[in-house]
Amino acid sequence: MPIQSKAVGLPLSRVEGPLKVTGGARYAAEYFQPGMLFGVVVPATIAAGQIASIDVSAAERFAGVVKIFTHENRPSTAYRDSKWKDQVALPGHPFRPLESDRILFDGQPVALVVAESFEAARDAATLVRVHYLPEESHTDLMRAIHTSYCPPIPRAKEMMPPPPRGNAQAAFDRATNRISADYRMDGEHHNPMELFATTVLLGDDGTLTIHDKTQGSQNSQDYVCNVFGLATETVVVRNAYVGGAFGQALRPKYQLFFAVMASLDLKRSMKVEMSRREMFYLTWRPSSFQTVSLAADREGHLQAIRHHAVHATSRYEDYQENVANWSGLAYRCDNVELSYEIVKLDVSTPGDMRAPGAATGVTALEAAMDELAYEVGIDPLELRLRNFVHRDQNQDKDLTSKALHACYREGAARFGWAGRSPEPGSMRDGVDLVGWGMATGLWEASMSPAEAKVQYCANGTVVVSAAASDIGTGTYTILGQIAAECFDLQIGDVTVRLGDSTLPKTGVEGGSWTAASSGSAVQAAAKAVIATLLKHAGELHNSPLARASADEVEVAEGRLVLEANHQVGVAISEIMATAGLSSIEESAEVGPDKALARKFAAYTHSAVFVEVKVDSELGVIRVTRVVSAVAAGRILNPKTARSQILGGIVMGLGMALHEEGMIDHRTGRIVNHNLAEYHIPAHADVEDLQVIFVDEDDDKASPIGVKGLGEIGIVGVAAAISNAIFHATGKRVRSFPITIDKILESEIRQ
Amino acid sequence: MRPFSYTRAQTVQAAVQALASDPQAVLLAGGTNLIDLMKYEVERPGAIIDINRLPLNFIDDLPDGGIRIGALVTNSSVAHDERVRTRYPLLASAILAGASPQLRNAATTGGNLVQRTRCYYFYDPATPCNKRQPGSGCAAIGGVNRIHAILGASDSCIAVHPSDMCVALAALGATIEVEGPAGRRDIAFSDFHRLPGDRPELDNTLQSGELVVAIRLEPNHFAVHHTYLKLRDRLSYAFALVSVAVAVELSNDRLVDVRVALGGVAHKPWRDRLVEAEFAGVVADEEAFQKLAERLLSGAKGHGGNHFKIPLAAKAIVRALKQATSGRLQDQAAKSVQ
Repeated sequence: MPIQSKAVGLPLSRVEGPLKVTGGARYAAEYFQPGMLFGVVVPATIAAGQIASIDVSAAERFAGVVKIFTHENRPSTAYRDSKWKDQVALPGHPFRPLESDRILFDGQPVALVVAESFEAARDAATLVRVHYLPEESHTDLMRAIHTSYCPPIPRAKEMMPPPPRGNAQAAFDRATNRISADYRMDGEHHNPMELFATTVLLGDDGTLTIHDKTQGSQNSQDYVCNVFGLATETVVVRNAYVGGAFGQALRPKYQLFFAVMASLDLKRSMKVEMSRREMFYLTWRPSSFQTVSLAADREGHLQAIRHHAVHATSRYEDYQENVANWSGLAYRCDNVELSYEIVKLDVSTPGDMRAPGAATGVTALEAAMDELAYEVGIDPLELRLRNFVHRDQNQDKDLTSKALHACYREGAARFGWAGRSPEPGSMRDGVDLVGWGMATGLWEASMSPAEAKVQYCANGTVVVSAAASDIGTGTYTILGQIAAECFDLQIGDVTVRLGDSTLPKTGVEGGSWTAASSGSAVQAAAKAVIATLLKHAGELHNSPLARASADEVEVAEGRLVLEANHQVGVAISEIMATAGLSSIEESAEVGPDKALARKFAAYTHSAVFVEVKVDSELGVIRVTRVVSAVAAGRILNPKTARSQILGGIVMGLGMALHEEGMIDHRTGRIVNHNLAEYHIPAHADVEDLQVIFVDEDDDKASPIGVKGLGEIGIVGVAAAISNAIFHATGKRVRSFPITIDKILESEIRQ
Repeated sequence: MRPFSYTRAQTVQAAVQALASDPQAVLLAGGTNLIDLMKYEVERPGAIIDINRLPLNFIDDLPDGGIRIGALVTNSSVAHDERVRTRYPLLASAILAGASPQLRNAATTGGNLVQRTRCYYFYDPATPCNKRQPGSGCAAIGGVNRIHAILGASDSCIAVHPSDMCVALAALGATIEVEGPAGRRDIAFSDFHRLPGDRPELDNTLQSGELVVAIRLEPNHFAVHHTYLKLRDRLSYAFALVSVAVAVELSNDRLVDVRVALGGVAHKPWRDRLVEAEFAGVVADEEAFQKLAERLLSGAKGHGGNHFKIPLAAKAIVRALKQATSGRLQDQAAKSVQ
């Protein structure tokens, strides 16, 4: 049943938008119950060492304080690591709050103060006195880089670099044009608007209804049940609305643990919300160091690619992401050597942050490609075109689709790339140097197992439900569009229920897979409803559809009709009335097509074009224009899709120019743990952004032709900006973020 | 935040009395700095005296052609006042370079003057800080100090004053009226903020129980040749890495009166009248500007992370002098440096 463009493909506003802007959409911290308690965490102020003693006496005396939990009185919980491992846990030992007197990272919770009011808990938390025995901490990646190692247990097989192909070293040595450069990135810290929060509402029967900020309600549910030994049916987790997450909320955070722990211990409903400061101690994009070496012949055809990537992880888990592998599949090259290592530091475990791995690795690759273009002496876009490849050489697989040529073509045309003068420093606007840079972006297009339920009601309305999460991306809207399309309805006729662990099983929302996965599940469930309708239609007296198969029918204007001839059909109301049904409900489950995956690899692609203006005397940088052309299969909703890409571009802008966790390596502590000192772009920094979706038909990446958009928007942006800065100034800054001091330093160096 | 008592002062005298009688008391106006510091446990006042109802929300013309701005006039109101815009455009411009519209709507003139200095470590009670806890040491020296002082710092403190407004007031040579237990007195702007020395806990020279009532500005000849140039890590809602307020009186391309105040580089808005005087009568050209910058920064000293501020400040001074002397003042709504 091909989906026609009626609801799907329209630029609809997100359905929950009015609720969100009027305060009607309640987030995890916005549920209240009379008599509930509030918890506030006391974060550690050393990065490594031991708690010698904790004095809670003053805090305990504070009016309203109910109990203070420390490692000395924490209720017992699961013993084995396996019980603490969530769906997306990493190799290593999951962090257990208040487990012992050991301090593993700055900001580690050392106490939970529970009080009758949030204010009392917060005030009393400042009275907890902790005496530490600090040990020397190591938080500087560069100083510890000699201790890097290959992760002994891969997080996922495909994250490990493929074996070398050809002989990259030999090819590099004999090539005419070559570059080799080191790229550094400081750690970035997630700061979505919504803080981590959990509200636990204790039922009279002892059941727990938990509102948690998470990207997977069932992941949180499993975690809570495993850690506290609770039966699944006694715990419901909801995350109806999520105020941004970007990967930070894939894994359960300690506020979930604390809220449940205190609720069970005190037999009261509980709420724990983090402070903005605490957001800096969790799930960050790790600081990294990469070396990329590229060699090409005189025409710019790549002869060798070597990419070595190293990033930070914690003492207790081996965080891993796919940093280097992109270099083996972005361009045609027969001599490739990729390597990847991590370094243990006294930090919290890093985690996934929008396009984890690609945002880091593709930035280095694409900055290096720009360096190579100048080395060869050809246009940076032309270099990429000459090395275009329509195959995944890492896995030796065909691609499901790759409309990247169209991205290059349409993006360059919209940007006016043809008007670029190649020489660095040759374009000016008054005192400003003008620079034009570009980069390729890529991300994997994957599916994850997902179920959905579709209920068709006799009154012509539809209810879709799944335990999927809408983290602000538009999932409610696109699932509603898909269902509306299947039943030839308006989106207003469809109700979508998400974010509830009792709904059909869905994995965490991440990896850009939700639209493809849950979207396909909704379509499959809708098809099952239609098949059921057809079965009942066939039972009608003189049914015109008696011989039709499910593949031959569709719904049009309230009737089940032959796809080939809409004149032949039966009103659905008649089918249901005759069968005595008020509604029909069917579920479906989808997952990756393993047979297809053996032959094909699927990726989203983009071409990012950037204009910067750099004050020729002062070094002040502005990004004045960005065009991002994206090939991501079928676009379900151009409006929510565009918003995704715009957000990705702005985040890439922050990565290029602003975002930087500053650590005082003497103490291992983050010093800029607030949004005044940790900079993200302000509105004023965001100028002209344009998004293009190129046509891309893909019947293999997912049943509905969708590839996903959550990550691709950020990939390549930081590289394109740094390349544009080089074009403007002739200065190559290989350390991100590119701040004014680095521009000045490069001036002094040269 | 700890429990505190709250009273609302009805008269200036009552506020002074309440402040003088309780060493744990602080004044609350816009609260844009104080409340943050209380949340971070940096300030732990026992008593808050809300002065928002005091009759200090006025902008008056003075008989000599000057202007008097009450301590409770918000930053936004000053910046958008027609008299300020035409007679003291440098002040309006500097204010608009600061903070965000929301903050400027709440922040007051008096509060802007007495806001605390900027430093990561000052804001984190778990670290040593001589300003927060005299004698505990300075974590910024040898630590993360990209934003810190290059001029006038001491071994005790390298924090910087964060205000934009005050940099303009320094250049314009404002007078601050304060009222205290001993009555009213005037403080020259250059004497109001202080360098850290060995008493970094003191940001200014207000005596116990004194509150800022108003600031006065004399008439001047700077309405044509002036600029406020602020360089920062992003275009809005960011403190200055370096800022420059320039006010110039020109005659036949020569500098008659040149004033250069720097922000983001010291514990107070930085001005050096002796250096300025050296350039009286000098032809206003780039060579002179570069010399002036060199002279102003001759005592500059970096602490590692902030070395870049020295060349950056020199470049910013030159550019600001070019802007001011050519009459192309920096438009704070413009995204590029003019």
